[in-house]
Amino acid sequence: MVRVTIVEDVTVIATESLSKRFPRVTALDRLSVDVGPGVTGLVGANGAGKSTLIKILLGLSPATEGRAEVLGLDVATKGAAIRERVGYMPEHDCLPPDVSATEFVVHMARMSGLPPTAARERTADTLRHVGLYEERYRPIGGYSTGMKQRVKLAQALVHDPQLVLLDEPTNGLDPVGRDEMLGLIRRIHTDFGISVLVTSHLLGELERTCDHVVVVDGGKLLRSSATTDFTQTTTTLAIEVTDTDEHPDGTRAAREALRARGVEVLDAASGLPGAGHVLLLTAQGEDTYDVVRDVVADLGLGLVRMEQRRHHISEVFHDSDEQRKEAVGHGS
Amino acid sequence: MAVEHPVTTPSGDQTRIHNIGYRSYDGPRLGRAYARRSLYSQSLRGAYGLGRSVKSKVLPMLLFVVMCVPAAIMVAVAVATKAKELPLDYTRYAIVMQAVISLYVASQAPQSVSRDLRFKTVPLYFSRPIETADYVRAKFAALASALFILTAAPLLVLYVGALLAKLDFADQTEGFAQGLVSVALLSLLFAGLGLVIAAVTPRRGFGIAAVIAVLTISYGAVSTLQAIADAQGSTGAIPWIGLFSPVTLIDGVQSAFLGASSAAPGGIGPSNGEGAVYVLVCLGLIAACYGLLMRRYKKVGL
Repeated sequence: MVRVTIVEDVTVIATESLSKRFPRVTALDRLSVDVGPGVTGLVGANGAGKSTLIKILLGLSPATEGRAEVLGLDVATKGAAIRERVGYMPEHDCLPPDVSATEFVVHMARMSGLPPTAARERTADTLRHVGLYEERYRPIGGYSTGMKQRVKLAQALVHDPQLVLLDEPTNGLDPVGRDEMLGLIRRIHTDFGISVLVTSHLLGELERTCDHVVVVDGGKLLRSSATTDFTQTTTTLAIEVTDTDEHPDGTRAAREALRARGVEVLDAASGLPGAGHVLLLTAQGEDTYDVVRDVVADLGLGLVRMEQRRHHISEVFHDSDEQRKEAVGHGS
Repeated sequence: MAVEHPVTTPSGDQTRIHNIGYRSYDGPRLGRAYARRSLYSQSLRGAYGLGRSVKSKVLPMLLFVVMCVPAAIMVAVAVATKAKELPLDYTRYAIVMQAVISLYVASQAPQSVSRDLRFKTVPLYFSRPIETADYVRAKFAALASALFILTAAPLLVLYVGALLAKLDFADQTEGFAQGLVSVALLSLLFAGLGLVIAAVTPRRGFGIAAVIAVLTISYGAVSTLQAIADAQGSTGAIPWIGLFSPVTLIDGVQSAFLGASSAAPGGIGPSNGEGAVYVLVCLGLIAACYGLLMRRYKKVGL
């Protein structure tokens, strides 16, 4: 527990105008961001520079300019020391199919410097914590995607790091597996006391898991704020209603009635998927759910579904684009 | 519509198990050198299928047996017939058994490196304290050691057998030592060539085919050319041609410096001057293999 208090005191990751330029692309462009302890989401579209940032943080790829520190260690000079204290879960498949999870994770624990006995004990513990039980003695080739993701997570945690870097851990998982993985990520911090940097291109799932979200686009920092700031602006409800004889176009009737009650309903033309049949509305707290229920009941429509929409990162970009346009407008 | 209750049993079960609690690790972290040793021993064991599936043990173990059986037979014959010397020199044994050695390199070099590339395990290694050089050295040393075990074990059988047959102790010990030096050099050379070829492709099949092709075609071509040179009486060319295949290279080194009789046509081995070139080429090739592997893995990285 002593270690946890130490971790609370330091900045886990700090970058200062960090840039990485390849001959043809700029992967990171003067990125300055501080990440504290806890679960931090790193959000960006594909090619936004997330993986490049992780490589630099592990001390595997030198930055073109600027500097970065992980756990107070300079990435340019202390790469090996950083990698001893940090766990990494890659985005892609990285497991040999012909060995068992136990053998593989024991080997990876030893590669992190754990003595043989400790490596075996930690492997058994870690696999249990990520939710792999009897199947851990079977070859990995026969595992489901969800189980493979757990093995990948276990090899990142087995040496009890102070920080884990998780690259798209929910990739390829079904909704249930996704929720389980997100719950596990939350526990890595709350129960294990390990700080987490998790990347995703889905803002919605990070909102529920992270304390802090950093959004990057085109290698630039777009936004860095506590998750609560995001939640206030981005909770969107999707509802779908039936048509009745009285209201042949139930969707339109509901939209008009909701607008009349002062609920902001996004236009069908907003370009979001399914906006034609599904009403998307911005929820202002718990009351909105009641309003929807009352409106639909008053109209006598059937409510087919009402769900919180997972946000795509493009919406954040959409917002910031608008803000940028506004700023430009004011400037001219 | 019935309300679906979440199934409570498994989640309750999981909660109970998870509640054992997380224990942090305060023990020693042994760092880079230890990690490199761990990778070495894992790769060396893997080269004989240990710690892997039963299926992957079959071929290396079989080849090991095939390497040792002729030695055992020779010893049995020598003991039974009370021969004055062994039917085959220590240094000659590996040359005669080169097909088995080539097959072993072809099967195990891709196993060692192509698997890591194919299943993208390499990034996991480099996300740990080791560096590129540690990975390359561990893999190189592991395959060379595995080959040394494969080639030195039959020599040991011969040596023990020769002593049992009460052959001359000094003679046999000298031959055995020369044989060991020769197979050590052969192990390094073959391991380097095999790994360089295998590290190019993540496909194991291609790796196997390419290693066999390089080792056997070069030997076939070189010995054919040597035979032609011999038939035409241009014996001076024979040693120089021998530089171009790994097997004849080793043969040349040992016939110049390790008291072996050359396996080249007409038994014409390199002179001492030519032998020095052989040694330089051999060591140069080993160094080049190491350099190429380093370059390859600098690129692979994460």
